[in-house]
Amino acid sequence: MLDIRNIVKQYSNHRALDDVSLHVPKGSIFGLLGPNGAGKTSLIRIINQITAPDSGEIYFDGELLNPKHIERIGYLPEERGLYKKMKIGEQMIYLAQLKGLEKQEAIRRIKYWFEKLNMDTWYDKKVEDLSKGMQQKVQFVATVVHEPDLIILDEPFSGFDPVNAQIIQEEILELNKKGATIIYSTHRMESVEELCDNIALINKSHKILDGAVKDIKRSYRNQTFTIEYEPKVSNGLTLTHTDLFEIVSENTTEEQTEITIRIDASKSLNEILLYLIPQVEIHQIKEIIPSMHDIFINQVTQSSTSNTANHE
Amino acid sequence: MNKILLIINREYFSRVKKKSFLLATFLVPLFFIGMYFAVFYLTMKSFEDNHAIIHVVDQEGSISEQLKSNKNITYSFSKEDLQQQIEELKQKEKNNNLLIIPADFYTSRRIELLSSGKPNMATLGEVRTQLRDIIRNEQYRKMGFNVDSIRNIDDKIQIAAKEVTETGDAKESHTEVAMGIAMALSFLIYLSLVLFGTQVMRGIIEEKTSRIVEVIISSVKPFQLMMGKIIGIGMVGITQFALWILLSFGLITIATSALLGNKDTAQQAMEQSMPDMANAQIEASKSGFDISAALESVNFPELLICFFIFFLGGYLLYSALFAAVGSAVDNETEAGQFTMPITMPLLIPYVLSFGVLVNDPHGPIATWLSFIPLTSPIAMLVRIPFGVPLWQIIVSALLLIGGFIFTTWVAARIYRVGILMYGKKASFKELIKWFRRSA
Repeated sequence: MLDIRNIVKQYSNHRALDDVSLHVPKGSIFGLLGPNGAGKTSLIRIINQITAPDSGEIYFDGELLNPKHIERIGYLPEERGLYKKMKIGEQMIYLAQLKGLEKQEAIRRIKYWFEKLNMDTWYDKKVEDLSKGMQQKVQFVATVVHEPDLIILDEPFSGFDPVNAQIIQEEILELNKKGATIIYSTHRMESVEELCDNIALINKSHKILDGAVKDIKRSYRNQTFTIEYEPKVSNGLTLTHTDLFEIVSENTTEEQTEITIRIDASKSLNEILLYLIPQVEIHQIKEIIPSMHDIFINQVTQSSTSNTANHE
Repeated sequence: MNKILLIINREYFSRVKKKSFLLATFLVPLFFIGMYFAVFYLTMKSFEDNHAIIHVVDQEGSISEQLKSNKNITYSFSKEDLQQQIEELKQKEKNNNLLIIPADFYTSRRIELLSSGKPNMATLGEVRTQLRDIIRNEQYRKMGFNVDSIRNIDDKIQIAAKEVTETGDAKESHTEVAMGIAMALSFLIYLSLVLFGTQVMRGIIEEKTSRIVEVIISSVKPFQLMMGKIIGIGMVGITQFALWILLSFGLITIATSALLGNKDTAQQAMEQSMPDMANAQIEASKSGFDISAALESVNFPELLICFFIFFLGGYLLYSALFAAVGSAVDNETEAGQFTMPITMPLLIPYVLSFGVLVNDPHGPIATWLSFIPLTSPIAMLVRIPFGVPLWQIIVSALLLIGGFIFTTWVAARIYRVGILMYGKKASFKELIKWFRRSA
């Protein structure tokens, strides 16, 4: 859907994006991650053609990004905003028309969305009369009303209560199912695992990680397992004297012992089991897969330290 | 629909539909008409009540026979005791006066006028004129002149003040009228440029602080948004002017003819309602100056066309600057430091228009100011009632067009960066940086 190649954006006193390349697959939900000030918003603005990059290109659906693509993109900025004194209905029509919809078509679709999200009675209200969560809902509709092929959501759940956040999340998934590609920018990692197929992690103007979520998680597995067992022999078992694995932690209660082990890269889990089965009664074995949150923290800290090292 | 049209449409109708716009559109002409009728009514009333009765106590003895009653004043002479007359006066309704002429009137030239109500200015004026005539005649007589022959001296001269133009035509020049119109135009254009420029700035600050700007410029180019706003608000301004002109003329015509079926009374009342004008007319006709001729000498269509050209040009030029300021700040208080230097070039010709510009409308200062795009909207309009060669108007208008293209170009570059800068306090240095960055 989107092919971002070697984007550089230089501001007078810092470089917001340094040679960033990304591929956003069609129909995916793409997580754009990174700490504050990493360059996410700069990148999003470039995709929206609000600002232009100093160098590099972006291909939208195979074509070099150009103004006619604007109507195929829906953008929900992190800093939300609507005209405070304008009636919701008029405002929605106006925003939809700016995205290239005919007036009648705009009215029809707004009606559809307002009914769907229980906003029927809001047409003649002014934004300033709505609660923050309600405004967010209006803004979400404004983002998707022109049925864009690419939807860019910058922290879409901030300001929503859990109920409405759930509703919006379902709408996002439904839009995605209908074929829209979604770029989801956030630093809420738990929702990333729930929603995203692909991610890119940006830190300090550089892309430091990208790919499919499952691949990334797989690559971050480090052969760590939690094993719950009951010793077969009454005098207990000391597993320390083996070079098969290293024990990360151990926790013994009356009924069972729980250990976390990291096994040597050359060994497989089966070999460990062969070693363990004669000695203990295994209740449960679970691989510990790092969460996106851990990967995020890990990567950001790592790249920061290496950056500092480079500077020295 | 073209997107800039959508923006113009919204900017225009969201303002025109506001209650404050309707209020201003109807109240301002109503206010003027109200003033007009208030003056009209008061004069009518004082015209009716004007008739004064003056009881004369002539201690000098020879004065009372020289006082002449007319349609405004009736003199009555009684031999009653002064104290008694004063007592009587207290009982009488207003417009009764007691004129006490002392015995030494010719030398002291003092009189006393007691009134039952507040002394009427018109009555005082009339009495003064009559008594001055009496004294003057007495002094002529003492000097041995024949009063009647002096009165018959005709010293009126007619001055036809004409301005020789380059084509050799001589046209009558009416400096006073031109001055009046020039000052009125200067005031009107100064006020409206600042007023509508500020509206552009406010609109942009509103979009910036409410953060909707990011949504909009993901749909349209920042330049389109800026120009749409400027044009939309400009059209609001033109609508407002047009409505004011139409409403004022319409209402005055309807109201005048409806309220006063009798045309003669209306005519009379109209003349009375403008005593200054009438007086000026009398004074003027003595010196050979004729106001109606002077008004006819003003080329109103030319004035109106020039007003719209220079208002539009000036508006486009200044509103672009106001737009740049609006994009650079987060609130209106912060805008102050930038609007000051912007309005300066507007303020200078405005202030000068009450002095050097009208006194020497073709001098070097006036001419230069009327060519410089920043000052020409006011300076040129001030000069036009005095007659400006067509080529100067055209050159000035072209320079103004060039000027606003330039300011729009500069403003657009600052605007583009500024609207996305939240919470950053801008300085002039910063603005220059933004301007460079937009290259």
